[in-house]
Amino acid sequence: MITIEQHLALYRIMARIRAFEEAAEQASLGGVAVFGAVAAAGGAQVRGPLHLSTGQEAVAAGVCFWLEPDDYITSTHRGHGHTLAKGTEVNAMMAELFGRATGSNGGKGGSMHIADPRMGVLGANGIVAAGIPIAVGAAHAIKIQDGNQIVACFFGDGAINRGPFLEGLNWAKVYHLPVLFVCEDNQYAATTRSALMTGGRGVGARAKSIGIDAITVDGNDVIEVAHAAKEMTSRIRAKQGPQFLHAITYRLKGHVSVDQAGYRDPEERELALLRDPLGVAEAQMTRQGIDCTSLEAIRALAAAEIAAALAVAQAAPYPKPEEAYCQVQDCGAGSWY
Amino acid sequence: MVLMSYAKAACAALAEAMERDERVVVLGEDLGRGGIFSQYAGLQERFGAFRVIDTPISEATIMGAAVGMALAGLRPLVELRLTDFALCALDEIVNQAAKIRFMLDGQGRVPLVVRMPMGIWSASAAQHSQSLEAWFAHTPGLVVVAPATPADNYALLQAAIHCDDPVIYLEHKELWGERGEVDRDRHTKLGCARVVRPGRDITLVTWSKMVGLSLLAAQAVEQEGLSVELIDLMTIWPWDRQTVLASAARTGRLLVVHESVQAGGFGAEIAATVAENLGIPVVRLGAPRILVGYSPPLEREARISVEDIMAKLRGFGNRPAVEKR
Repeated sequence: MITIEQHLALYRIMARIRAFEEAAEQASLGGVAVFGAVAAAGGAQVRGPLHLSTGQEAVAAGVCFWLEPDDYITSTHRGHGHTLAKGTEVNAMMAELFGRATGSNGGKGGSMHIADPRMGVLGANGIVAAGIPIAVGAAHAIKIQDGNQIVACFFGDGAINRGPFLEGLNWAKVYHLPVLFVCEDNQYAATTRSALMTGGRGVGARAKSIGIDAITVDGNDVIEVAHAAKEMTSRIRAKQGPQFLHAITYRLKGHVSVDQAGYRDPEERELALLRDPLGVAEAQMTRQGIDCTSLEAIRALAAAEIAAALAVAQAAPYPKPEEAYCQVQDCGAGSWY
Repeated sequence: MVLMSYAKAACAALAEAMERDERVVVLGEDLGRGGIFSQYAGLQERFGAFRVIDTPISEATIMGAAVGMALAGLRPLVELRLTDFALCALDEIVNQAAKIRFMLDGQGRVPLVVRMPMGIWSASAAQHSQSLEAWFAHTPGLVVVAPATPADNYALLQAAIHCDDPVIYLEHKELWGERGEVDRDRHTKLGCARVVRPGRDITLVTWSKMVGLSLLAAQAVEQEGLSVELIDLMTIWPWDRQTVLASAARTGRLLVVHESVQAGGFGAEIAATVAENLGIPVVRLGAPRILVGYSPPLEREARISVEDIMAKLRGFGNRPAVEKR
């Protein structure tokens, strides 16, 4: 059972992710020339490809809710939600998007590489499915170190057609590792409908074929996600081996922030908006007697937090050019040519 | 001093590192049976299957899991069987291991060693014979090491395991059985070359299996009056330019020899650096840009012989050094 207090806490996380994504989106317009968009003359505050998880907040919130600070996650190029839900500070995340020295990665990574090892965030990744082997490796280390942590490994529906998906699931099964695989299925692999490019009986069937328990949930219903994730993370903590959660959601935005997603039926998006995970949660809680004003207050608080993060990021300094030579390698540092 | 094979020396170095530091773990295929070149013989019996991990044939995940292990506090040594197979794990080597420390601004590091035996051996044809040190030397974030003798394999593997950067460790498959004296007390720093034999007329820089062949060639031309200073680079990146430049400045001539394809090879980098700095004649000797054929006459075309090296040295002997200091 998810209590009403937990439901509110989940909603708070989703509202923060939504506010973060919307602010980042605004700051990114004109930042990258793809999909026919033209880069703004002066550039944008958030430069480069920005992959938004707008509409997918329930997956990040519902899974990370059950993780401890020393549990690990690996994330994807569309990873702001996972990182925020795992506990990374939003000021550091926003500053990273702005390429500032105070960013989570000192401006060296940007949106696609946000990491925060102190909070167990081993990193978003610019390569589809690349987090899967890293996640099973971290889980393998936990087993070798006889630790009690677990790993949540987020990836998208596009990743299940890459080799590391098969290799990584098999690895986790063979070594009986503490990993929760989370396929955040937003139904699009970049601009292509995943269903058109995926054979067989789907995501869960692939996991089951390797002997990993898998369940499919409505990824826009945070209660459903949280319920399943609670169950699965406790099984993993009880040393029952890897588990697989397939959460079906919907990418409300394009592949990157400047992508208008003209390749999909506008009606499809209209229908998806009716199942917006924040709206779904609001309806659920209203039915349980939570009044609208307290939900509005949560959203306002999230908006204020993100507005402050934007201001902090804007005011923060850029890294010094010499930082480009730091943290490359120790052996050979100074031999740049 | 102990007489050891190149394989045994590496095995001893790894065993000592595992004894000293319990964070050192090994993962790869067939390790429980000692590895296909016996370079892991006895390690699983000694340290257990938890630390000497037999894996599926999943190169990408062997490598990617090692990255995850390193981020979680271990110091993995990865066995990828052959350089050729390591290509199945290029994303994990180049995009993940090499870049993570920088992308995370040092909040996470990946101290690991990737062993991927290199070189032509045993009529193994085009997909089991490559030497790709130049590829890895071209990737910022990686250290690249190629030992030539049992003594160096012992000392360099220890240094590689001790290194906090990802190290590409290239043992030559035709050297596994080579025997030599190993000094277990010798410690070597990565990035230092070794002067194998001093000489006056030509500086010959090489690494891996070509060190032995170059030594034979140097000894042969000595009788013809050519004195060759032979340098084993040992670490391809960062390479010891100080030792190479000092030697080349004295001899006034440079020859670089490697088994890998000459075009775009690492020899070009060394030759260009020496030419830029000293303005002396430089010559390269590497394989033609062909594939390694199976049949002996075809394979021979891809190999560098002692005679090939002698011919280059002699050709040099006929040309005056531009500036002999």
